[in-house]
Amino acid sequence: MRFDAKFARPALALAALAGTSPAWAQAAAAPTHIDSGDTAWMLTATAFVLLMTIPGLALFYGGMVRAKNLLSILMQCFAITALVTVLWLLYGFSLAFSTEGMHAGTTNLHSFIGGLDRALLAGLKPDSRYQTVPESVFVMFQLTFAIITPALIIGAFAERMKFSALLWFSGLWLTIVYLPVAHMVWSGPGSFLGDLGVIDFAGGTVVHINAGIAGLIACLVIGKRRGYPNVPMPPHNLGYTVVGASLLWLGWFGFNAGSAVAANGSAGMAMLVTQIATAAAALGWLAAEWIVHGRPSVLGIVSGAVAGLVAVTPAAGTAGPGGALVLGLIAGVICFFSATRLKHKLGYDDSLDVFGVHAIAGIVGALLTGPLASPKLGGFGAVESAWGQLWIQAKGVGFTVIWSAVLSLVILKLIDWTLGLRVDDEQELIGLDIALHEEKAYNLS
Amino acid sequence: MKWITAIIKPFTLDDVRQALTEVGVTGMTVTEVKGFGRQHGHTELYRGAEYVVDFLPKLKLEVAVADDQVDQAVEAIMGAARTGKIGDGKIFVSELEQAIRIRTQEVDVDAL
Repeated sequence: MRFDAKFARPALALAALAGTSPAWAQAAAAPTHIDSGDTAWMLTATAFVLLMTIPGLALFYGGMVRAKNLLSILMQCFAITALVTVLWLLYGFSLAFSTEGMHAGTTNLHSFIGGLDRALLAGLKPDSRYQTVPESVFVMFQLTFAIITPALIIGAFAERMKFSALLWFSGLWLTIVYLPVAHMVWSGPGSFLGDLGVIDFAGGTVVHINAGIAGLIACLVIGKRRGYPNVPMPPHNLGYTVVGASLLWLGWFGFNAGSAVAANGSAGMAMLVTQIATAAAALGWLAAEWIVHGRPSVLGIVSGAVAGLVAVTPAAGTAGPGGALVLGLIAGVICFFSATRLKHKLGYDDSLDVFGVHAIAGIVGALLTGPLASPKLGGFGAVESAWGQLWIQAKGVGFTVIWSAVLSLVILKLIDWTLGLRVDDEQELIGLDIALHEEKAYNLS
Repeated sequence: MKWITAIIKPFTLDDVRQALTEVGVTGMTVTEVKGFGRQHGHTELYRGAEYVVDFLPKLKLEVAVADDQVDQAVEAIMGAARTGKIGDGKIFVSELEQAIRIRTQEVDVDAL
């Protein structure tokens, strides 16, 4: 179980968790065999998480751009899926999950980045085991997370990034930003943020804050789309966006409930609180919009749902149903204001609100995960004090924000100086589909 | 003969066609157009970004009628296209000098 093995093992040593949830503690204590039930669920969950990127996120974003750029979005999601898969095989899994040189409570180089002993998936055999599932399944499951994280960022620079620059950015960002953060949170005893006690069940910091902050930096470095905000750039097909958001919602059960790495009570609770928080956030955004703008919008309710999914991600293993409800409502309302007000006030062109939704909901979720894990607030976490855990969570958030911001900036500047990040004005005007791919999404009449 | 050009709301087309058929109009031409009058456009709001859409989709209906049919035809269009809300459209009537049916070479009222 990710919760036990990755974050709470230091706490487990204190026997704090054993008191609140003996079943988990026993299961985590010493898995000795592959469990077919766990394996069946993890195979399914892995397919679900892949579905989140293609076609879920691809359609969610694709519907929001103008018709002339639809294919560029689908292409970027698809290409990232393929690229990250190959990098994952070459060195990605190893840098993220190798436990070489790690010791509980010791901070060294390998607290921050894994070794290369598992490069090319060295040592992986059909009977290799990770807890109670085949290691091959765990490798695949984690790969789908590594795929969606860089894919989330593309919404920030949609409609203006060169395709070659996109490929370089995604590969470098995965290597320099994602893999270390995944390692720091999820690789077990001796990992930097894991040892700190940060709770991140399914990737609120690793995936969403990480990608959201990179999105903000990316849209600042690459600049606004030509004509923004004076030229209307309405979504060209909100139907796609609704289908995409619905697939994200579905896939997120694999993301969150799959992060139990078992078919057990923890997975069931993760699924339940995911549903509750998502529904609450959808209604929260809807209500805020209805009050402020006088109209409940389709884009609003689906954006709220995604904010809820993001917010509950770190909390899915520890929050109770009531906590999920509160978390979802807060995330929905805050993200409504960050995506509709903050952006326009500050004037950056985060085209599809990667920062406004993923970073903000990610931060809200990561922080509230702390107090909501407390049994006093209906949670199931091994936290001694709600406020204490909030402070630990804040340290995790702060570290991730700085890590992602600084290194994303370096990568983007490097690509801008060498290759150039941005298409030229004419290409942007024609649209990336024709200009970069010589294809059109719609050949009507 | 008269040439009637009516700008109407798209969803009223079926009723207008039926009303014109009932008063003996046997042919018409419809074009999808965009425009604005007193209704102006509407606004769209996506995640707080507000867009004003100036030109609204309308239909342009063109009908040629004999002089004695004009009042009936105009009333038929008005009856069927009127919702009472702003944006119902307009009807323009102008002189029509000549009409020829290409297949038979009939002219004027016989050609309508």
